Amino acid sequence: MNLLSTKGLSRSFGGLRAVSEVDFDLPTGQVRALIGPNGAGKTTFVGMLCGRIAASSGRVIFNGQDVTAIPAHQRIAMGMAYTFQITSIFGRLSLHENVALAMRRRGDLSDAAVDEAVTDALRHVGLADRAGSMGGDLSYGHQRLLEIAMGVAQRPKLLILDEPTQGLTDGEIGEFNQLIRSMTGNTTILLIEHNMDVVMATADYITVLNFGQILAEGAPAEIRASAAVQAAYLGKA
Amino acid sequence: MSARSKTLALHVGVILALLLLHFVLPTYHHGNLARIMVLSVYAMGFNLVFGYTGLLSLGHALFFAAGMYGSGLTIAHLGFGAEAAFLAGVVSAFIISAIVGALALRTAGVALMIVTLMFAQAGWYTILYFGEYTRGDEGFVIQRPDRVFWGIDLSDASNRYLVALLLFAATLIITLKFVESRFGRVLVAIRENEERARMLGYDIFRYKLGAVILSGTISGLAGASYGLLFGYVGATFATVQYSILPLLWVLLGGAGTVLGPLVGTAFMTYLIDKSSEYTAAYMIVAGVVLVLLTLFARQGIMGEVRRRFLPWLP
Amino acid sequence: MEFGPHLLLAILEGAVQAAVLTLTAVGLSLVFGVMRVVNVAHGEFYMLGAVLAWCVTSTLGGHPAIGFVAALIIAPLMVGLIAAAADIFILKRLEYEPKNTIVATIGMLYVIQQVTLIAYGPEARPVQAPFNQRISLPWFEFGDAGFALTWPWGFGTTTYKLAVIVAAVVVLIGLWNLMARSRLGLIMRATQLDREMAQAFGMPVEKVNAMVFGLGAALAALAGVLIVPIQQAHYLMGAEPLLLSFIVVIIGGLGSLAGTVLAAVVIGLSDGVISVFFSPTLAKILSTLFVALILVFRPQGLFGKRDL
Repeated sequence: MNLLSTKGLSRSFGGLRAVSEVDFDLPTGQVRALIGPNGAGKTTFVGMLCGRIAASSGRVIFNGQDVTAIPAHQRIAMGMAYTFQITSIFGRLSLHENVALAMRRRGDLSDAAVDEAVTDALRHVGLADRAGSMGGDLSYGHQRLLEIAMGVAQRPKLLILDEPTQGLTDGEIGEFNQLIRSMTGNTTILLIEHNMDVVMATADYITVLNFGQILAEGAPAEIRASAAVQAAYLGKA
Repeated sequence: MSARSKTLALHVGVILALLLLHFVLPTYHHGNLARIMVLSVYAMGFNLVFGYTGLLSLGHALFFAAGMYGSGLTIAHLGFGAEAAFLAGVVSAFIISAIVGALALRTAGVALMIVTLMFAQAGWYTILYFGEYTRGDEGFVIQRPDRVFWGIDLSDASNRYLVALLLFAATLIITLKFVESRFGRVLVAIRENEERARMLGYDIFRYKLGAVILSGTISGLAGASYGLLFGYVGATFATVQYSILPLLWVLLGGAGTVLGPLVGTAFMTYLIDKSSEYTAAYMIVAGVVLVLLTLFARQGIMGEVRRRFLPWLP
Repeated sequence: MEFGPHLLLAILEGAVQAAVLTLTAVGLSLVFGVMRVVNVAHGEFYMLGAVLAWCVTSTLGGHPAIGFVAALIIAPLMVGLIAAAADIFILKRLEYEPKNTIVATIGMLYVIQQVTLIAYGPEARPVQAPFNQRISLPWFEFGDAGFALTWPWGFGTTTYKLAVIVAAVVVLIGLWNLMARSRLGLIMRATQLDREMAQAFGMPVEKVNAMVFGLGAALAALAGVLIVPIQQAHYLMGAEPLLLSFIVVIIGGLGSLAGTVLAAVVIGLSDGVISVFFSPTLAKILSTLFVALILVFRPQGLFGKRDL
């Protein structure tokens, strides 16, 4: 069963067609990587998935429901979670409050349960000992991890990670890979990623976007072998 | 002591101190403090939108005046008793803040400031236009017999102080509870990073509207009480100056702190009071303080206290 | 007086208001368009212009024209310098952050207004116009004797009022040339279109800020000087033009100079006409509500293309 599908999804800016007629299916439980060269339309595509950008035409179906006309916050409430490409946390709030805000929106947890779950989520990304620090005081890499913790804390059906490893050190990337692997099975993940090592280490399946269209789809090994993909993307990387 | 009990102790302490002052203050300061407490209620209402949600309204005088005229006009023309009139004032402010909020919150930033300013100006002109009923700039007096609330004569200085204190304490506790509630914390999240809050699934518009309505209703409550306690209703309270004053009080006291409004209102009232002894141009103090605050002390007094000494301060 | 002459008179009065309003609003619009600053103190620069005009004319004495010409130069210059200083010492240090900037200009409003109260006092004082001949205007009637010209009593205007209209047009043409031809104008236009892009092209965007803020204030001051022979100088006279300028700038489309001029003429004229026939308070209620609703439902203004 597909958790997320798009049918003929398109978006133009002025005369420019950033995303064109994309049919995309993401089965439940899969870790999917979305790759493609700069300007391929990845960010626009993901923006339309979570509702930050309105589609020019086409449909987005999430969990069996057409969400094309539904505003972003409602899609999130339906079980999507989104982490920003450029780190976006609450810099002047504590780590605990950052994660708690992500968790409390669901409204089904008591304060005590939230506290406990927040501690868990922070431990999961290795930040439990800094729960009282301000988000803005963290190093860049730790802010990225906090952002991921906020995504995970929502216990989403679908977790969309927009370039999560950008700016991380090699060591941090290793931790990130581990984190993703530890979530597989429970959460469907859509990973927009530049770093091919991360993609190869984490993704079950890969979609390659180029010039706003799907260029290729397949298992990591197939994508690695595809001449078209190499020409468009890997060869230049 | 945990942060929670420290918070409780501090705020209960402030209320008790104000109660104690009732017995020791000389007449002049006693009357002044009663006024300051009512105006602090207004400032606390303003603070919910400005300090906690991060929205700058330049039109809160509309809500204050809605409360004041909602109660004053129903007494003067419909023969309401003080209790019903008070309720009428609060309800008027509730309705007007809901309408203004629903419209104005479709805009953001600079546009929001101007829209709220324009709505408030329209409200002020409306009061002037219906001068036949409102007596325009001159205003009207609420007679002493009309100021008896549940058998309490509000024109008596002692009653007035205690009622003002009761209103102040109630609002202080409500705002304290509110900013620590889940709803209040989302407002802070919106202030800090609106887009992130939206992408955590919060309906930003709904939260902002909730903040504006609560803030407007508290402002109206302050306006209704002011009219009943001090017996006067006038168009001055609807002018832009009365939209700027709560901004000044809250900025000075510390935006986004629960006690800031009281501190700022008290400081500013005395400052203006003192300077009006020397010059008719006493509003120059307001101007200078506003400029200096934006330049050198954006945290305000309690914000600075929180930063330096009491990080747990709500 | 009959309806026809009455209306024409209202339009003439409206045109004088429109001329002064246009200058004031263009100043506000320029500052917003280039600097993205909402200057709440703008009305006080207008007031300062009027008050300084009184100071200059009453100090110089002699023929009213001498003092007035001096005021036309000195008042806008001084106000412009004060504004430029305010930009350098206050707004620039706030890095033009919208909320702090607006709060600071509110503070400036009170400072300027109250300092004027201290230095100049609460009186309203007149300034004599440099020339002020009455012009009676004819009206035509179509009566029993056929078509006839009449000279209704009280129907006319003054040379000074006509001169105000001419002066406003001349200043606007000058401003237009400045914007279109000079390097400063080029920088201002580029900044208005796209601030980041202008900066990326190495334009000294930050440096022109003080100049733009000064120029905007000087325009308001000039309007104040022009109006003071018609309306006396008073320390609270800035509130009205501020509100009207806001209305004009918003309806005209924020930062759009052409839209601002168009809106100022329409509103100045209609304000003059409406307040002759209707209650000015009612007109103000409707216009402020109208402006609020425009910002809510059509933030780009009636004539503009871009929103806040």
